Amino acid sequence: MEGALLSVENVSVYYHTPQGETEAVRDLSFSVQKGEFVAVVGPSGCGKTTMLSLIMGLNPPSAGQVRFPLGPCPMGYMLQRDNLLEWRTLEKNTVLGLEVQHRLNGESRGQTVALLKKYGLGDFLSHLPGQLSGGMRQKAALIRTLALDPELLLLDEPFSALDYQTRLTLADEVFAIIHEEGKTALLVTHDIGEAVSMADRVLVFSDRPATMKREIVLDFPRSMRPLARRESPAFQEYFAAIWKELQQ
Amino acid sequence: MNTYSKEHVAYLRAIRTHRQAVRLCRALVLLLFLGLWELGARLGWFDVFILSSPSRVFSAIGRLWGEGNLFLHVGVTLYETVMGFLLGTGLGILLAVILWWLPFVNEVMDPYLVVLNALPKIALGPVLIVWIGAGMGSIIVMAVLISLVVTTVTVLSGFTAATTEKQFLMRTLGATKAQTFLKVVLPAGVPHMMSALKISVGMSWVGVIVGEYLVSKSGLGYLIVYGGQVFKLDLVMASVVILCLLAALMYGCVALLEKRFQK
Repeated sequence: MEGALLSVENVSVYYHTPQGETEAVRDLSFSVQKGEFVAVVGPSGCGKTTMLSLIMGLNPPSAGQVRFPLGPCPMGYMLQRDNLLEWRTLEKNTVLGLEVQHRLNGESRGQTVALLKKYGLGDFLSHLPGQLSGGMRQKAALIRTLALDPELLLLDEPFSALDYQTRLTLADEVFAIIHEEGKTALLVTHDIGEAVSMADRVLVFSDRPATMKREIVLDFPRSMRPLARRESPAFQEYFAAIWKELQQ
Repeated sequence: MNTYSKEHVAYLRAIRTHRQAVRLCRALVLLLFLGLWELGARLGWFDVFILSSPSRVFSAIGRLWGEGNLFLHVGVTLYETVMGFLLGTGLGILLAVILWWLPFVNEVMDPYLVVLNALPKIALGPVLIVWIGAGMGSIIVMAVLISLVVTTVTVLSGFTAATTEKQFLMRTLGATKAQTFLKVVLPAGVPHMMSALKISVGMSWVGVIVGEYLVSKSGLGYLIVYGGQVFKLDLVMASVVILCLLAALMYGCVALLEKRFQK
């Protein structure tokens, strides 16, 4: 599909360990349009994370290719745990990426602080991570990723280490942030509800080796936020459809 | 200004009383020990020639002072220990950095490190004397050897405190290996480095005193050996007491350093 921001084409990945060879991903193809929010759902350990580091360019595929038809695409990666550095203040943690890329200057620092303020962390700039709640920490991790102004956000189960209530509210906030900042996002999760409440499109993966089982386009109004989506009747239908797909 | 409830005030008072009680009892333990020792000596419960007594230890220190030798011996030992400690920990940390940086070398060296760590370095004393000569050099090298290996092993394990996930995060941010080391691995290892320093302080004292037992013409270790040979147990005890104070002082300095780093 030309015009896509990201195009994964017939990709296969093999893992090598002394015990043998494992096929993690098999002949996988999909694409992500600019501005789209795509969620990938699949059983735990089905090679979703492998796929993300592949897209990020940290590991090469065994076959097939990952293309960016619109040209080079700066990417940001958000992990399951916030991995904030305990000895750095919140502000210094969020500029870490700028710092290592030698892009930290008055302007970029100001933009990052503005993001922190805009999304409710303005009062905690000089706090250490240990003084913040799990939800705040993960939000800070998102802002650390956004500080580099990536086009595409790769979200690797970013809420699964949080308690249920925090997970729902943070998903709602992160959704709003991603839309407001106009980012494209690829979310990997095993939580069906999370995928249905956030994405425009859900890709259902099979157990290892990961292949695409089904693609479900979610028909929610663009501005409808995750918490509102969870209230709607369509949510249950999509949830049931994906559930059924994963059970087979 | 005191807006605490009665219960809270009582709670705070209980904490203070507890702390004072601990302090008081610590002092009492020391006084009791010294008192019984002195009393036993005076009443002839044991032979002062063998066990000495606090007053005799005190006058032995006075005599050293009077002869003008106290600071010579203390100075020599202190110099050797500080040098051994600084060189041992410095080289130990450097070695740990190199081994972290080169995983292949680390893997190759691992069994050697284990053996070196287990080896009583004191066994190398006679060899050192032959190689370096009977003097201060041998003593310092002994202290270095004893503190170096344990520092390397402790600091290296500290570097693994930075999880692989944090290192992966640095990769996703586009960091080089040097940046990952300086911004994540090294700071994460600071608490381990501090405990390595604490171990190393004690190890340096062991190295220096053993070194002085083997070769020396001055220093506290020399005084102890000399005192033992001529049956001047007062002198031996006096040296041990001074050693206690110095070791506590140096440990205190490291603990202070640790507190500063934790801020």
